[in-house]
Amino acid sequence: MLNKDVSAGRVSAGVVEKVDVAAVNSAASRTLYKAREPIYPKLVHGKFRALKWALLSLTLGVYYLLPWIRWPRGVGEPDQAVLVDFPGRRFYFFFIEIWPDELYYLTGLLILAALALFLATALFGRVWCGYACPQTVWTDLYIAVERLVEGDRNKRIKLAKAPWTSAKIAKKTIKHALWLVIAAATGGAWVFYFHDAPSVFPQIFRGEAPGSAYLFIGILTLTTYILAGSMREQVCTYMCPWPRIQAALTDSETLQVTYKFDRGEPRGSHKKGQSWDGRGDCVDCFACVAACPMGIDIRDGAQLECINCALCIDACDDTMKKVGRPLGLIGYDTDMNLRRRQAGEKEKFRLIRTRTILYSALIAAVGLLILSGLASRATMDVSVIRDRTPPFVTLSDGSIRNAYTVKIVNKANSARDFVIRLEGSSAYHLTTVGAETHDNTLTVTADGDAVRSVRIFATLAPGELSRASGDIRIIVEEVGGGESVVNKTAFMKERR
Amino acid sequence: MAGKEIDAPTGIETTGHSWDGIKELNNPLPRWWLTVFYISIVWSFAYWIFMPSWPGISGHLKGTRNHSERANVERAVADLESMRADQMKRLLTVGSVSEIESDPDLQLFALTAGKSIFGDNCATCHGAGGQGNVGYPNLADDDWLWGGTLSDIQTTIHYGIRSDHPEARINQMMGYGETGALSGDQISDVVEHVMTISGRDADAAAAARGAEVFAVQCVSCHGPDGKGMKALGAPNLTDGIWLYGGERQDIQKSLYFGRSGVMPAWTGRLSEEQMTALAVYVHSLGGGE
Repeated sequence: MLNKDVSAGRVSAGVVEKVDVAAVNSAASRTLYKAREPIYPKLVHGKFRALKWALLSLTLGVYYLLPWIRWPRGVGEPDQAVLVDFPGRRFYFFFIEIWPDELYYLTGLLILAALALFLATALFGRVWCGYACPQTVWTDLYIAVERLVEGDRNKRIKLAKAPWTSAKIAKKTIKHALWLVIAAATGGAWVFYFHDAPSVFPQIFRGEAPGSAYLFIGILTLTTYILAGSMREQVCTYMCPWPRIQAALTDSETLQVTYKFDRGEPRGSHKKGQSWDGRGDCVDCFACVAACPMGIDIRDGAQLECINCALCIDACDDTMKKVGRPLGLIGYDTDMNLRRRQAGEKEKFRLIRTRTILYSALIAAVGLLILSGLASRATMDVSVIRDRTPPFVTLSDGSIRNAYTVKIVNKANSARDFVIRLEGSSAYHLTTVGAETHDNTLTVTADGDAVRSVRIFATLAPGELSRASGDIRIIVEEVGGGESVVNKTAFMKERR
Repeated sequence: MAGKEIDAPTGIETTGHSWDGIKELNNPLPRWWLTVFYISIVWSFAYWIFMPSWPGISGHLKGTRNHSERANVERAVADLESMRADQMKRLLTVGSVSEIESDPDLQLFALTAGKSIFGDNCATCHGAGGQGNVGYPNLADDDWLWGGTLSDIQTTIHYGIRSDHPEARINQMMGYGETGALSGDQISDVVEHVMTISGRDADAAAAARGAEVFAVQCVSCHGPDGKGMKALGAPNLTDGIWLYGGERQDIQKSLYFGRSGVMPAWTGRLSEEQMTALAVYVHSLGGGE
């Protein structure tokens, strides 16, 4: 379906030079252990390259700018829109404020992200790898810097082989310096997510930032520099488990970057004016291999190393324009369509399949669950811990007393009053230390965004309870508000 | 050894060692392994220079960084103490201990500090939750020998009971049988009387005889009605709480041999702030008056 016949391309027929390049993973040269072959991806121009530049700007823009967005929350609260506050044990995301006991929202978010990835993969193959993965984005940025300093593919190869002159040393130094600046900026931006960005930014330069900030800047500078600078495609091929998982998520109807061998073969070089009869459209120019950041030959078919970045599509389209053949010899295609064309059947592509319906339904279900959870989120929580040493105390008049530690979590931003009262199978009498009770109820104030802990006593007159333990309900109600939490626990006395 | 032997299939030199005709190849160590090995040797020299390393006759080589784990611990403890200094100082400067209980922040601080001090020093006898044991008073109930107000508790902690401190709280429950002050029959009669005033079944005739003995021997401390006297640390004999057990034979034993439990004075072992925090904690256990 993407195999569009661009007739305009036929006009500018010309000769295409063959690029001297070989796939790093070609079956012929495969051994159990192989030293890495350096890859010098050639710059291509086209719609996918443009799309990748756009996505690179977008993802990096979000990454670097997000911590700087302000979101007023009131006095004493951080005004950073996205903030992971470890010392304060809170996660802020725009209007959402997550407490440590609500970490399941994060789990839900991760499940949602995984399912979205499954859906995208089922539909369009490894789009994550090709366009959005940080490894791809930063490697792309590093290659762009490399190209800026050292020139395009041929110049870079020449420079690599050249003796160490001062010019070469200068170029390499500039390149690595630029890489390190980007790497440090990557690590620097990371710590902004964990601190107030505008205040920690100058601190970093003055040496006043927390030690952990420097540690993480260091770690991320190092990993960015190494992973995007020197390891690059090896990360995808050898370190990342995702290519293996993704292979299981695609099927014969998934769009993948494909060399349409039914149209391209038999391949061979082509001179201007030669007939195209009895041969395929592939002129064996190796432009696709030269453009590939993974250094592979897409014409060998689907392979583990291919990240589906679609740069070979741009490279091939460029060649097809030059030789005047229809574009899309390499393009997004499905395995099923390859078969159908060979069998003389009509191409067909379905977005709606059992697999995609299932993923969409799961996404909708998990999304609704999270949303409904967030919408009905309580702003208070109560936990009760019954004293176990001793389980009960006998008072001088023979009555039995149990102690409970009540923790009231006030998730609202302002201080609130709460009333504690007791209910249960017997008439429990409520007392506490350091405060008076009224009508068998206790009123306590919990500061905004804080936990108020209060130890209460429930006393039962002698003979009130015939069994060894009774039910007791500790009820905490917001004063003048609708919220209340009922906590069921036990009241113990001596077993006779 | 005569020259180097080369293993034909692999082309690798052998060590010359052979077991049942199987020869060992002399493969070199992996380069990464050797690199790490050499780096660690260089590292060890650097370590000797910067960190404490070689032992000497008197002391050891300190290293240029003058590193000491002992000093680190002392620093960490000092940091902790300076972190708590403000709150600790407030514990001392507040007018009365009851003021602490009306300030939630300070109360929480005192309770937390008091709990850990209690666990370290008091729980051995009084139990982890202050529930006591036979001979060791329950601090969570509402029955106090020497008073359960915050200042009473503080005094007890400061000076102890029958301790070696000059200000210690002292009283004497003598052994009436042991010293021969009362005869066996008289003791049995008093036991019946005590059973009566604590609301239990007893031999009425013996109890009546016992009451007469009680009025002479016991009232000075336990009071005419047996309700005790906190100023003297004399227990209430009419309630359901018995430090040494409330059964007939327990009371008889207390009367015959006497009772004189000891609680050490904590002045000098704990700081003033610590004892204040401890008093607030004990008071909060539930029995505080």
